[in-house]
Amino acid sequence: MSLLRVRGLAKRFGANQVLRGIDLDVEAGERIAILGASGSGKSTLLRCLNFMEMPDQGTVTLDGKAIGRNGKYRDGELIAVRQRVGMVFQQFNLFPHMTAIGNVMEGLRTVKRLPRQAAHARAEKELARVGLADKADTYPAHLSGGQKQRVAIARALAMDPELLLFDEPTSALDPELVGEVLTVIRALAEEGRTMLLVTHELGFAYHVATRVIFLADGAIHEQGTPDEVLKHPTKERTRAFIARHKEFSL
Amino acid sequence: MNYHWDFSPVFANAALLAAGLGNTLKVTGIALVCGLALGLLLALLRLSRHRWASWPAGFVIEVFRTTPPLVQLFWFFFALPLIVGIEMTPFLAACVTFSIQSSAFFAEVFRAGIVSIERGQWDAARAIGMNHAQALRRIVLPQAVKRMIPAFMERVIELMKTTTLVATISYADLLFEANELSQKTFRPLETYTVVALIYFFVIFVASLLARRLELRLARSGESTVG
Amino acid sequence: MKWDFASVFANWDALLAGAAGTLRIFAICLVLGLSLGLVVGLGRYARHSWAYWPATSFVEFFRNTPVLVQILWFYFALPILAPFEISPLAAAALGISLNSAAFSAEIYRGGIQSIEPGQWDGARALGMSWAQAMRRIILPQALKRMTPALTNRAIEIFKMSTLASAVAYVELLQQGKLIASINYNPIEAYTAVAVIFFVFLWPLVQFTYLLERRLRRDE
Repeated sequence: MSLLRVRGLAKRFGANQVLRGIDLDVEAGERIAILGASGSGKSTLLRCLNFMEMPDQGTVTLDGKAIGRNGKYRDGELIAVRQRVGMVFQQFNLFPHMTAIGNVMEGLRTVKRLPRQAAHARAEKELARVGLADKADTYPAHLSGGQKQRVAIARALAMDPELLLFDEPTSALDPELVGEVLTVIRALAEEGRTMLLVTHELGFAYHVATRVIFLADGAIHEQGTPDEVLKHPTKERTRAFIARHKEFSL
Repeated sequence: MNYHWDFSPVFANAALLAAGLGNTLKVTGIALVCGLALGLLLALLRLSRHRWASWPAGFVIEVFRTTPPLVQLFWFFFALPLIVGIEMTPFLAACVTFSIQSSAFFAEVFRAGIVSIERGQWDAARAIGMNHAQALRRIVLPQAVKRMIPAFMERVIELMKTTTLVATISYADLLFEANELSQKTFRPLETYTVVALIYFFVIFVASLLARRLELRLARSGESTVG
Repeated sequence: MKWDFASVFANWDALLAGAAGTLRIFAICLVLGLSLGLVVGLGRYARHSWAYWPATSFVEFFRNTPVLVQILWFYFALPILAPFEISPLAAAALGISLNSAAFSAEIYRGGIQSIEPGQWDGARALGMSWAQAMRRIILPQALKRMTPALTNRAIEIFKMSTLASAVAYVELLQQGKLIASINYNPIEAYTAVAVIFFVFLWPLVQFTYLLERRLRRDE
């Protein structure tokens, strides 16, 4: 049974049909890279999976249980989903009024209602895992972009998610800071975590992903192994997209 | 509720209330015009490089912004006549008080607006040979005024509300008439309710107009300050 | 002209009673106004909820009516409808508090709206409810930004306390009127009252400027 099963997902913003009937199965342990031009619906797809955006049509099934009923979603249900699905944002979205460790602890204390000691201990472990144990008491304002994103990853990991969603995690970073974040994500991949990764880092996608999906005009245009899609794309648009990212070379 | 509402005495005296409203608007109007003029003067003095100009101006602005308007009104009505030796009617005291009081706030709006115009405008004006006064009058002030309009409108609305204080020194504005009427007719509930609604209506319409003006300015691409 | 402040100082106990009254009504209206304002402000912020229209009506009405009119309404009109006594303090406190609540509601709304949507994203993605996100993430950040505006509101409330003299509540201006009428020295009496207010509020006003400057620097 797939961990995540999406059928007929559709979403429009005003007159703009951003997602047209997406079908997707994600098995546990899969790492799926989602590529596409801007406006192709990549972010929207991701945001629908943890219901930060509400789909207009279609079903999302997590671990065999469908979420929502006939397009109606209960608040409590969505909150429960978001505890199981972690998200890392392009703009980090760290809480500026809390330290790094405060950020990582926040979900544990407020949502999972862990006592302070336990939350703190767990947060320390996650920060160490992303290599920022020494920055625990630093405020986001004093962290570099790469450090901020790593804290954001730690914050998501602390919730023990079954599925991780990365929404262009390195797009807002200066080039020299991208590497430290990709290193962390690669380590998570090697642990066998299930993840969906929207990214422009084609080289990274090639080495880390188990499957690559190319989105165009809100639908899955082509999908397959990294070799198939990135090295030997069969569709014209896929080829054009990859050609545009000239820095991708093996 | 077993109270028997009776608005007829209020409506019977509508003319009195209308006259009161007229007086309210009269004081507000005079205070507004004088306040704007005086406010501009104070702002320019405050911005001056000369201490003998900026300090007194600053002092006046601070004093009139930091003391309650009602205290100022009482001072101008009861105290000033004894110092200067002139007759002070409620109307005159009201006009003087609220002109100066509003000018202190207008001065701050003017100052913020002028200061918000970037240096480049001054530089460009002086580069073509304008002196300070010309640069101010032809280049800076016209741009500043457009930005200040929302803040001005806000102060105008405030002024409309502040002038009700004149009732306490027996000037025949709308609130004063309300007091008289409620005592005469023994119908304070109806009287004060009607008067409150009249005030609300007038001021609400004014603030809607102000908001419409703000939107029109925002759409024309002007940034606002205040 | 001979200024005679001695008679004012002779009545220092009356002024002290006035100051106590001013502080009392200030404290009451500050607490009531700012806390009710938060509730109404949240209603104003939640545009698609049932609370929006009541909150908006409240704000529009109490921002667009003069406080003095409200105070007199509460003092003269309300007792006719209500079965209980309305003291001068109650009438004045009601008028000033409701007005302050309306103004501070807009400050709260503006402050909350100024927090970037990414913060809501970060909070919701962790599984926080609306209330948790508001309480733990949004409001703490918003309050920091709103401090200058809220301090300004506090200063306005302090000045509005003088309106209570219209219903003979014992505060500073009322005592000033008393001293002036007993000693026939309105100049000294009202000047003294003005000076007391100035001395009290000026540091607070300067503090607000400091806060505003510090905020502009941090942003």
